[in-house]
Amino acid sequence: MPLLATTQFQHFSEPLALQCGAVLADYRLAFETYGRLNAERSNAVLVCHALNASHHVAGVYEGREKSEGWWDNMIGPGKPVDTDRFFVIGINNPGSCFGSTGPMDTNPATGEAYGADFPVVTVEDWVHAQARLLDVLGIGQLAAVLGGSLGGMQALSWTLQYPERVRHAVVVASAPNLTAENIAFNEVARRAIVTDPDFHGGHFYRHGLVPKRGLRIARMIGHITYLSDDVMNEKFGRSLRPLAQREGAAPTTDDPAALLRDYHYSTQDIEFQIESYLRYQGDKFSEYFDANTYLLITRALDYFDPARAHGGNLTQALAPATAKFLLVSFSTDWRFAPARSREIVKALLENRRDVSYAEIDAPHGHDAFLLDDARYLGVVGAYFERIAKELA
Amino acid sequence: MTEQATMQALAALVPEGSRVLDLGCGDGAMLDYLQRARRCSGYGVEIDDANVLACVRRGVNAIQLNLDEGLAIFEDNSFDVVLQIDTLPHLRNAEVMLRETARVGRTGIVAFPNFAHWPNRLSVLRGRMPVTRRLPYQWYDTPNIRVGTYKDFEVLAHKNRLRILDAFGMQEGQVVRWLPNARAGTAVFHFERAA
Repeated sequence: MPLLATTQFQHFSEPLALQCGAVLADYRLAFETYGRLNAERSNAVLVCHALNASHHVAGVYEGREKSEGWWDNMIGPGKPVDTDRFFVIGINNPGSCFGSTGPMDTNPATGEAYGADFPVVTVEDWVHAQARLLDVLGIGQLAAVLGGSLGGMQALSWTLQYPERVRHAVVVASAPNLTAENIAFNEVARRAIVTDPDFHGGHFYRHGLVPKRGLRIARMIGHITYLSDDVMNEKFGRSLRPLAQREGAAPTTDDPAALLRDYHYSTQDIEFQIESYLRYQGDKFSEYFDANTYLLITRALDYFDPARAHGGNLTQALAPATAKFLLVSFSTDWRFAPARSREIVKALLENRRDVSYAEIDAPHGHDAFLLDDARYLGVVGAYFERIAKELA
Repeated sequence: MTEQATMQALAALVPEGSRVLDLGCGDGAMLDYLQRARRCSGYGVEIDDANVLACVRRGVNAIQLNLDEGLAIFEDNSFDVVLQIDTLPHLRNAEVMLRETARVGRTGIVAFPNFAHWPNRLSVLRGRMPVTRRLPYQWYDTPNIRVGTYKDFEVLAHKNRLRILDAFGMQEGQVVRWLPNARAGTAVFHFERAA
């Protein structure tokens, strides 16, 4: 029987002071839980999400077959993070567009949607919000906090802001901060959104519009950076789009005829399969993702930099962490490169913390952290096995 | 089991409670033993996925790195003991790694197959590279790309200003102190940096 997921909501009336100085007076968090909290309340695992994901990390919704959570290959009964042994919590961060309070909600100060007025939220703010949900759930200390990419930054931040509340941190395909190139990609995506005429300074809701063009381009850029050159070549190469394929349809690969047809000699039609793929991904994304949320979340990525308050010294920054760590990176991930994970490992070593580090030689770029790879899932599974043994 | 005996003989060189770095730690058995029997702590470095998995499974800290890319991730003098057990012959830059061992550790323990063990000499005298239990590979597919002898290591250690604290051979799980260069399949060196 598949794992059934149910979204829950928790309302908070105690204001949340944000790093930017603003205050979220009143807010709600969407979350899901899987498995059972044990009598000692010691088996809770918090999963933090990345850019375009949500609290729906595992399982399916009743009656909706294809509604698997975004990390369903990692989390569930008998999976690496085994919900038969752990009480797993997926949580949606404030500022998101998937259920927690975000830019589409009503701003109590104006009675209108927040839009661009939603305060800038940081990784640290998210961790504080998550901690409050744990308080409500009666969980003092997590067996583990787990996240990939931006989610890994939250997991790392947990060990610094609430060291006594985390026994283990599993940080996958992440970094101690973004490089200039990485911020640059985010900026291009943001400019695409902000300069879309339908954006209206972030208050497009009142015009009944969505800056879809901007969102599409933002997604296309993101997508390119999540893949590797090799995997893109393998998947698409120079294949041309089959003649029969409709505009906006999911691209099909492996059509030998497509390779052989004549060029259209057009500058604007879709010629190559990779173009078709990117447009398809962009279209899909623009249908469900909120433009203001995209701006907020990429900004949270840019701002994260725990070493900043320590003159750039990451070792000093990580000194408060007492958790045990597992870090995982992927060899072809150039957006969150192995070298960045190694910086975290080095800082932990210098603080004499328990840390293991697996560098998986996978071809899939940053996307690898969401995919099935026996070595990756194996090492995370083995680590959680150890955590489970500590519970017994 | 002779491997167990060799492990224990090497472990005996590691002071109780030491902070240990095990370069090429394999499945983590040595570190696991040192943690349990001698209250040590530390990390293993491994390149192989299956070995990293085995370490994580048994609760040994493993860092997946290619030793040929150096030990930049480790600070000077950050370990009491650095182990290199059957690792040196696999390294392209064995001398650099020896220096790195002396940089990050206060002491080092190196063990490797001794090419001057008499059955190996006999084989070479007969005109063939040795294939033994200790060196089970054919010359064309061996991972041991830096084969050397007990005596060779003494010379290399001297060249790199390492002071040898103890050195002996191991054969069939027994310590060999008389003519180890000829009588032992494994050479063991315990050293520190000369001041």
